[in-house]
Amino acid sequence: MSDHKPTGITRWLFTTNHKDIGTLYLWFAFIMFLVGGAMAMVIRAELMEPGMQVVDPLFFNSMTTMHGLIMVFGAVMPAMVGFANWMVPMMIGAPDMALPRMNNWSFWILPFAGTMLVSTLFMEGGGPAFGWTFYAPLSTTFAPASTDFFIFAVHMLGFSSIMGAINIIATILNMRAPGMTLMKMPLFVWTWLITAFLLIAVMPVLAGAVTMMLTDRNFGTSFFDAAGGGDPVLFQHVFWFFGHPEVYIMILPAFGIVSQIIPTFARKQLFGYASMVYATAAIAFLSFIVWAHHMFTVGMPVAGELYFTYATVMIAVPTAVKVFNWTATMWKGSMTFETPMLWAVAFVFLFTIGGFTGLMMGVAPADFQYHDSYFIVAHFHYVLVTGAVFAIIAGIYYWIPKWTGNMYDERLGKIHFWWSTISVNVLFFPQHFLGLAGMPRRIPDYAVQFAEFNFMSSIGGFAFGAAQLLFLYIVIKCIRGGDKATDTVWENPEGLEWTIPSPAPYHTFETAPKVK
Amino acid sequence: MSASKIMKKLFSLLCAGLVLIPASVLADYELNLTPSVTQLGRDIYDLHMLILWIVTIVGIGVFAVIIYSLINHRKSKGAVAAQFHESATVEFVWTVIPFIILVAIAVPATKTLLAIEDTSNPDLTIKATGWQWKWEYEYLDSGVHFFSSLDKASNDARQMNSGTDPRTVPNYLLDVDKPIVVPVNKKIRILTTANDVIHAWWVPELAIKRDAIPGFINESWFKAEKTGTYRGQCAELCGKDHGFMPIVVNVVSEGEYNDWIAKQKKLAKASAASANKTWSKADLMKRGQEVYNAQCAACHQANGQGIPGVFPAIAGGKITTGPVKGHIDIVVKGKAGTAMQAFGAQLNAADLAAVITYERNAFGNKTGDVVQPSQISK
Repeated sequence: MSDHKPTGITRWLFTTNHKDIGTLYLWFAFIMFLVGGAMAMVIRAELMEPGMQVVDPLFFNSMTTMHGLIMVFGAVMPAMVGFANWMVPMMIGAPDMALPRMNNWSFWILPFAGTMLVSTLFMEGGGPAFGWTFYAPLSTTFAPASTDFFIFAVHMLGFSSIMGAINIIATILNMRAPGMTLMKMPLFVWTWLITAFLLIAVMPVLAGAVTMMLTDRNFGTSFFDAAGGGDPVLFQHVFWFFGHPEVYIMILPAFGIVSQIIPTFARKQLFGYASMVYATAAIAFLSFIVWAHHMFTVGMPVAGELYFTYATVMIAVPTAVKVFNWTATMWKGSMTFETPMLWAVAFVFLFTIGGFTGLMMGVAPADFQYHDSYFIVAHFHYVLVTGAVFAIIAGIYYWIPKWTGNMYDERLGKIHFWWSTISVNVLFFPQHFLGLAGMPRRIPDYAVQFAEFNFMSSIGGFAFGAAQLLFLYIVIKCIRGGDKATDTVWENPEGLEWTIPSPAPYHTFETAPKVK
Repeated sequence: MSASKIMKKLFSLLCAGLVLIPASVLADYELNLTPSVTQLGRDIYDLHMLILWIVTIVGIGVFAVIIYSLINHRKSKGAVAAQFHESATVEFVWTVIPFIILVAIAVPATKTLLAIEDTSNPDLTIKATGWQWKWEYEYLDSGVHFFSSLDKASNDARQMNSGTDPRTVPNYLLDVDKPIVVPVNKKIRILTTANDVIHAWWVPELAIKRDAIPGFINESWFKAEKTGTYRGQCAELCGKDHGFMPIVVNVVSEGEYNDWIAKQKKLAKASAASANKTWSKADLMKRGQEVYNAQCAACHQANGQGIPGVFPAIAGGKITTGPVKGHIDIVVKGKAGTAMQAFGAQLNAADLAAVITYERNAFGNKTGDVVQPSQISK
């Protein structure tokens, strides 16, 4: 009885089980990661050599746009929700999520929204080609007809995210096992609790932005059209009021994952647990008051530029606290370097590099040179690929033995790590130089002095892309078999998820555990 | 100096090793921020270097601690985990130190920013208007006015599989048909705005990047201290040919600048005169083809087929084979809210007449119409 589960396709369609839904989220994210990655390959193929060889400029713009949208809304965010579904109930000793039916719905919206978004590429006039930031008026009066489908897809994705966030908050606040006080929760649960509040706060803002786009395009309003009394810059303010918290929505759960992994393999308690929680909350708060640093060149009043500079560089303080805490956790530990730990350590190094360039760009006068150049492309790929994506991969290796009951192939996992880490730096590090030398972002062709580093970057890109196919193989291999995982999987890890058998039974914690 | 040379050599070797081509092929590439020819640009450069050094030193410090720990505190070396997991003193110190460093960055940043935003008392003001995909310049003091687009050599080479190696094109994608000319050591104020979507006017060596926003005017300024040619590009995604609307600024001596202004005024007069004569069909077709390739082909394509769903076809088009009046109207006035611009503001009457005549008699269109400059009513 305890492990009874439905079978066949209806198991997945009608499931209200947090583990099934977590699995669905993670597979959706993986598929979207490969689709968005394929688009990145098209981009790097075109940019490999100066001159136009592979795609026309309009399609190139569609590729950069769709690559960004798919990776943000289709890959990183759903992957993080997948982790929340799998791990939050198991970490707080709950039998399932608080709102299981809504959980089913918030997942099943995603494939439809994702399909609608990708289908725009095949419509007359092409897909959205105005960048993932879709600045008006390029995205309103000057955009192809398919933009209305894009708007609908964004609305659906927003619905899904808000429902997921409500569910996570309801679960964490109401379903913790007796004795699990807030300040005893694993850090991953804390980061997701804060992330969920960010989602509820800003997804409606995004919905507002795309709704105004919709009425500007179809119903004669002029929110973003100066000729009708509107203001194109208003769009950017609204977008980035959503967009800046959005980047923390993607990185805070990553902080959580890494904060679970490092203590396990350092065999030492996380350093500064309380300051980690406060730092996460501080970063979340600051994320609401720094948005205009994405738009220093729009011609803000000088007082505004000064304010946003000061507020932005302040983010370095709580972020530095986090990096120092991870460092202190490793210090005088007893470390081993299984695959999840390798990815987590690489995260600390490479995310920090992304943080440094973030600080550089937070300073308005210097940003006048960096803005919209390849320097920013390098920056956000360091924080999102070697940051968020590395943490996701680390988390998969860390928990997949618990999910499947099988150990992954350690040797292949290490190959995957070294191959990815070397190639990702060949891919993104030269982009810093390109940006400083003056190469704008989002261009399909470039002046010949940028040729060498673009060539390097493309080689790194193809190698990094291929490495993720190896990852797919490793995951499938692990699901199909392998060495049996023990219940604790690792040596003496902390957390309720390690007290249940591997693979985790379909229903867990039907009787709440007691937390000391 | 020598250190940077060694760095360059190392990079050449690295690149060469990576792509298996001789290091000599790797001509000139930059690793650091473009040096500027203005005082403000140098201030920005110094600010950039200050922050870069700070993050480099902090980075080396933190990474050194982690690497030391990774090497020495491992189980295989018999390390036993310590028990500590918090320290109020340590945590307080490493919260305060970053804060102090940030204040040290904010002070010079504020000073530089205030100087950048002081656009008062310029010697010369130029209005730069972004269009899909070219720049319009208007010298507000002397009335000189022209459009500046990607030069023909680059434009030909950048077509899909053009067969031309971009490396053989001088200043590939960074050259224009008509650069702007400004005097050296004068405070030049640039007003940026746009006609359609948002563009951004960026010249790295002049350390200016400012958005050009339809319906709004932004101000920025530079004072170049060295004569020379400085190149930049549009920095804000503005549609299909965003990558193909460069900016070229010629900084010259004051004498040369005055000569250039006088010449521009003469050219404007000659252009006005061409509108009063009657042209033969052959001349209109020849000139029309040139204008078409420079102005229209980017969207409507060199073969007149357009891009379905985005840019209508000229070949067999409803307008291009319909009444002449409608054709003149759309070319002169454009179509609001689309990429179809009002060319009446950009081309003189002769060019307009020529390109309309050409469109009505090329790509298989056989209207036989000849449009004279006198028919163009602006």
